[in-house]
Amino acid sequence: MTLWKRFITNRGALLGLAILIAVILVALLAPVLYPRGPWAMVQRPFLVPFTTDGLPLGTDTLGRDVLAGLVYGARVSLLVGLVSTVMALLIGVPLGALAGFYGKWVDEGAMRFTEFFQTIPNFALAIVLVAILEPTLTSITIAIAIVSWPPVARLVRAEVMSVTKREYVDAARLAGLSNMHILIRQVLPNTVSPIIVMASLMVATAILLESSLSFLGLGDPNIMSWGFQIGAARTVIRSAWWLSFFPGVAIVLTVLALNLIGEGLNDALNPHLARKGRS
Amino acid sequence: MKLLKLTTFLVAASMATGAVAQQDGGRLDLIVQPEPPGLMLGLVQNGPTQMVAGQIYESLLRYNGDLEPQPSLAKEWSISEDGMTYTFKLQEGVTWHDGEPFSAEDVIFTTKFLQDNHARFRGAFSHVESVEAPDDSTIVITMKEPYGPFINAFEAGSMPIVPKHIYEGTDYATNEMNATPIGTGPYKFVEWEKGSYIHLTKNEDYYLDGLPHIDDLYYRVVPDAASRAVAFETGEVDVLPGGSVENWDVARLTEMDNVCSTSDGWEFFAPHAWMWLNNREGPTSNKLFRQAVMYAMDREFVKDVVWNGYGTVPTGPVSSKTNFYTDDVPQYPHDPEKAKELLDEMGYDGEAVRLLPLPYGETWQRWAEAIKQNLEEVGITVDIDSADVAGWNEKTANWDYDMAFTYLYQYGDPALGVARNYVESQIKKGSPWNNVEGYVNPELDELWEAAAIEPDNEKRQEMYTEIQQQIVEDVPVAWLLEIEFPTIYRCNVKNLITTGIGLNDGLRDAWIED
Repeated sequence: MTLWKRFITNRGALLGLAILIAVILVALLAPVLYPRGPWAMVQRPFLVPFTTDGLPLGTDTLGRDVLAGLVYGARVSLLVGLVSTVMALLIGVPLGALAGFYGKWVDEGAMRFTEFFQTIPNFALAIVLVAILEPTLTSITIAIAIVSWPPVARLVRAEVMSVTKREYVDAARLAGLSNMHILIRQVLPNTVSPIIVMASLMVATAILLESSLSFLGLGDPNIMSWGFQIGAARTVIRSAWWLSFFPGVAIVLTVLALNLIGEGLNDALNPHLARKGRS
Repeated sequence: MKLLKLTTFLVAASMATGAVAQQDGGRLDLIVQPEPPGLMLGLVQNGPTQMVAGQIYESLLRYNGDLEPQPSLAKEWSISEDGMTYTFKLQEGVTWHDGEPFSAEDVIFTTKFLQDNHARFRGAFSHVESVEAPDDSTIVITMKEPYGPFINAFEAGSMPIVPKHIYEGTDYATNEMNATPIGTGPYKFVEWEKGSYIHLTKNEDYYLDGLPHIDDLYYRVVPDAASRAVAFETGEVDVLPGGSVENWDVARLTEMDNVCSTSDGWEFFAPHAWMWLNNREGPTSNKLFRQAVMYAMDREFVKDVVWNGYGTVPTGPVSSKTNFYTDDVPQYPHDPEKAKELLDEMGYDGEAVRLLPLPYGETWQRWAEAIKQNLEEVGITVDIDSADVAGWNEKTANWDYDMAFTYLYQYGDPALGVARNYVESQIKKGSPWNNVEGYVNPELDELWEAAAIEPDNEKRQEMYTEIQQQIVEDVPVAWLLEIEFPTIYRCNVKNLITTGIGLNDGLRDAWIED
């Protein structure tokens, strides 16, 4: 319970959590709120926000409800953010752990492989992958996972290396435990907290990446996402500001919330560091 | 110098039809989008090439907005009563831009040149028996059979006259003069700064006295639609040809001071947009399904919202601007209930169909989204495919689609621009410019063939009416819109659009008011 207590003493983290919960709720309730879906052309195009009943955020170039688009966009952003982060962890954690634990040529091989991915700019690689795979929700998620795992691998490697040098690991070796047992049961659990902090920030990055891809027209054309809304509004930005403004706000709030939560978790999980930081 | 200017001014003034005298001089900046692959009109016929090179090269005739032939390099022409002989009298005193005299020999050489390099020309000239020049200023074309649309085949992009003295005996494609095109037109090529602009200048020796009026033309290359709109707003360019800015910007730009717009100048091409429905497989191979698609689409909505009210909802394969059009065909108003009935009747099981938009910008993307929504509201499951231009070409040419957006030009006559999308002989894998949907109707094929060579126009009309009625009943493709591309320009540019191909050859008569 101490972890939770430390977390809620951080006001920023609490605010972030509140926003995130709200976004999740909205995303879950989307089909209830807007049963006709985000693509329905409900009214005249280019209705200005706050002027028409039932259409608080106005309508877009085709007369679609901007708010409905935001609500459904939340589903896409959260889904892509979560799934791609889990996938990135599934690649990065084992690779980093093996490299850090076994060292030598395993480490060399794994790190050179990781560096290969790190030398290519994230976003450029994601664009290439999506273009090759053809833009669908699956390919976008995979592309984001592929460009986001290298930092995880490096972080886990470093953590595992430092933990492996501790005395209790030597003790476990003397006790005759197998390498795998030591790695999974004794070492990895002690590296979890930085991974959690990193993961929460990765979700935020993934949401941004998805938005950027959709903005460039590399999104799944069948899925309404925030980045798509902004990208589609780009050509009319001077006559219809609200089409890009509100999805932009949604992205900022969600990413900010995730960052605040990440920060809060960092403080809560590393009280030692946190106290040093504040004094 | 001053005297010379005065005389040209007087000549120009004497030719003026209106109350205002035309003024000479000035510079005009136009957008060309995208940058053309080349300017040798005999070898390259892309849209942007035609727009620039149409000022450099000329053909025997031009066409006004009603598609009636007008003099160009031919000052007079006549067609024999049986439709078998075409006689053209050429203009006198015409020289090429390099000073060489132009003669009937150049025209004869051109027919050989284009046979090798111009598919559309080859099609039209397959009906020709011989081309002869009894003297230096006369051309006589003898036909194999009467071919009504032939009189429409002498437009600058369809039959640009090329210089014999430059091309004879050379390898046309690699001739280094392709980079500095030589024509007979009102403007001469000066320089092409790749990625930036193409500069043409007034042909001082043009054979029509007092023409052209403008000193310099700059065709500017600006790759992004929003930047093109800004370039117009800041006064950097004076003319935005149709399609060079997104439709949403049109309203804003035309509201500016001293800005005019017109949708004239596309009558000859009459761009006709539709969705190919794959007639070979999947739900789209069922006629009931295709009819349901027609009823499901709200085409008026798209016209008003996506195209800002520009264009006309078509009744069938032939544009209302093209000769031999009829509206006496089955109609498909927006009727979702009717669409649902048809889907029930065919027993549609909800199988998803893929929809391939045309990758030409936001307008086309929004259009696809609107159609998808229309279709889903009657219960058709639609997945929008995505592809770049190369991908679109590849998928449509290889029939890897269910529904695909496209638009084609009609060239004034059903035999020239419409038949190619509906006759069986035009089913050829590997090209996206033919019967891609795979519509096969042997009866109509015969009728298409007979109509093309029927000398009597009334009988032609009857045949084309029958063709249109049958095709509209079958819905081989889903007709969307007769596209109108508004040309946006400063109001002090006068006489900009005077022909059925608009900017492609219109700069000859244009002038700028101070």
